[in-house]
Amino acid sequence: MDPKQKALAEQFQARIDADEKIEPKDWMPDAYRKTLIRQISQHAHSEVVGMLPEGNWVTRAPSLRRKVALLAKIQDEAGHGLYLYGAAETLGIDREELLEELHTGKAKYSSIFNYPSLSWADMGAIGWLVDGAAIMNQVMLTRTSYGPYARAMVRICKEESFHQRQGYEILLTLCRGTEAQKQMAQDSLNRWWWPSLMMFGPSDEASTHTQQSMDWRIKRKTNDELRQQFVDATVPQADFLGLTVPDPDLKWNEARGHYDFGEIDWAEFWNVVKGNGPCNRQRMQARIKAHEEGAWVREAAMAYAEKRQKRQEERKAAVA
Amino acid sequence: MPHSAFFEYLLRLGDNALILGHRLSEWCGHGPILEQDIAMTNIALDQVGQARSLLQYAGQVEGKGRTEDQLAYLRDVGDYRNVLLVEQPNGDFAHTITRQFLFDAFNYFQFEALKQSSDEHLRAIAAKSFKEIAYHLRYSSEWMIRLGDGTEESHQRMQAALEDLWMFSGELTEVTEVDELMLETGVAPDLRSIKKLYDEKVAAIVQEATLVLPADTWMQSGGKTGQMHSEHLGFILAELQFVQRAYPGMEW
Ligand SMILES: [Fe+2]
Ligand SMILES: [Fe+2]
Ligand SMILES: [Fe+2]
Repeated sequence: MDPKQKALAEQFQARIDADEKIEPKDWMPDAYRKTLIRQISQHAHSEVVGMLPEGNWVTRAPSLRRKVALLAKIQDEAGHGLYLYGAAETLGIDREELLEELHTGKAKYSSIFNYPSLSWADMGAIGWLVDGAAIMNQVMLTRTSYGPYARAMVRICKEESFHQRQGYEILLTLCRGTEAQKQMAQDSLNRWWWPSLMMFGPSDEASTHTQQSMDWRIKRKTNDELRQQFVDATVPQADFLGLTVPDPDLKWNEARGHYDFGEIDWAEFWNVVKGNGPCNRQRMQARIKAHEEGAWVREAAMAYAEKRQKRQEERKAAVA
Repeated sequence: MPHSAFFEYLLRLGDNALILGHRLSEWCGHGPILEQDIAMTNIALDQVGQARSLLQYAGQVEGKGRTEDQLAYLRDVGDYRNVLLVEQPNGDFAHTITRQFLFDAFNYFQFEALKQSSDEHLRAIAAKSFKEIAYHLRYSSEWMIRLGDGTEESHQRMQAALEDLWMFSGELTEVTEVDELMLETGVAPDLRSIKKLYDEKVAAIVQEATLVLPADTWMQSGGKTGQMHSEHLGFILAELQFVQRAYPGMEW
């Protein structure tokens, strides 16, 4: 590394260590920029792909009140996608490129959305567990070192906690309902529990990105720390619902002050990451289809905007 | 005023909002641009919200203790009172926008007049809804123009959508017995005067969009009287009502 670069890199790390926020125009190491683009775009894609399993129940929501609430929730997620694409764009990449990476499989999104939503209770479980797990991660990210990302997270976190409460309330209603409804809730927890734990990513030993991201203060807690935090917060909530967490090894460890829990099926985890989940192919096809079928709309909007501008200029010229 | 006619009238208003909101909600997650996904969801939200107020009030007027959800989830096709236009499938974005515009342009003048309804509660609902509907009309008009006057392809798609959907526009301002009764009692405006405003508005936007209104089209109706819906409504209800039908009598 030449001395000038080295000085810049040291200065940069000093700012990080002093908990200063890095802003778009500031100098940053290439790898920092790349890591952020990868992480922010992955997050943005997750918000957008995440609309699909919930969108799957919008037309079947069991009451008009629930329909409105679910629509509003999914709309929030689309909004999160927008802010996050915006935050990624401050790093010098545009949305079209990011979408291209998503559609070609180069960019990832949260694997949780490769699981199917099969019952109304899943709208509860997704809000409670999936938004709940996302919050653990995102609350940490409100203090992340990159300014635009941290600020996007502050805005997003408020809405995510609302989603989580809303999801929990759906399940609470089911659990106070009939036996069939309670069964529906239990079945949903059974299917979503383990994939939710997987949302925190590989274990710390297996994680390739964690240490560097911690040093740059992009991440401030490890995957395993966040996962433990999630389990500790969520198990009492399951107890309150009267539902059983599908983990025979789950038990309170007095000495640690945490819940012990069973081993994640890492073979399943990696398999879904590689594209072999129950809905990977279908989710991507749905996104690509929307994008491709929208191409003529985007082209027309652009063509119209150009025509309009030209007409305005002509009018101005005529007056002058 | 006969009670049952007012109930019918409120069902029409509520069912239009519900079915069109439902149709739009089918786009959720599949829009052509993320911003438009959000915008369509926004309109769907407004419409389902309006449907709630209107059906709630309909249930109250009917006086049999039916709730908004009982009305939405437990009536079959023959008891629905929405116009045929709103139950038409989404098709491509051109069809969705055209359907929305043809409805909004009517709904705008209808709700503007309902703000002066002789019925106090309906007046209040109308005042709140009108602001939303004014936005819907602005949105759909802008997209009519943008797509009509966009590219060759978008123009053709919009013209095709207009050809497909125009036949359902007549029903919006068709005067039925219920409408006459509502007019007599000052509940609702005269649809003949609404028709004038509607035709003018549609002609203006269609012209600006460089599109052509189909001439001499047969106007199909039967939705708002419940005499004959299209085949689509049954499928909408099958989806909408699935949980309530599969698990009857439960709280959700
Ligand atoms: Fe989100
Ligand atoms: Fe998120
Ligand atoms: Fe959320």
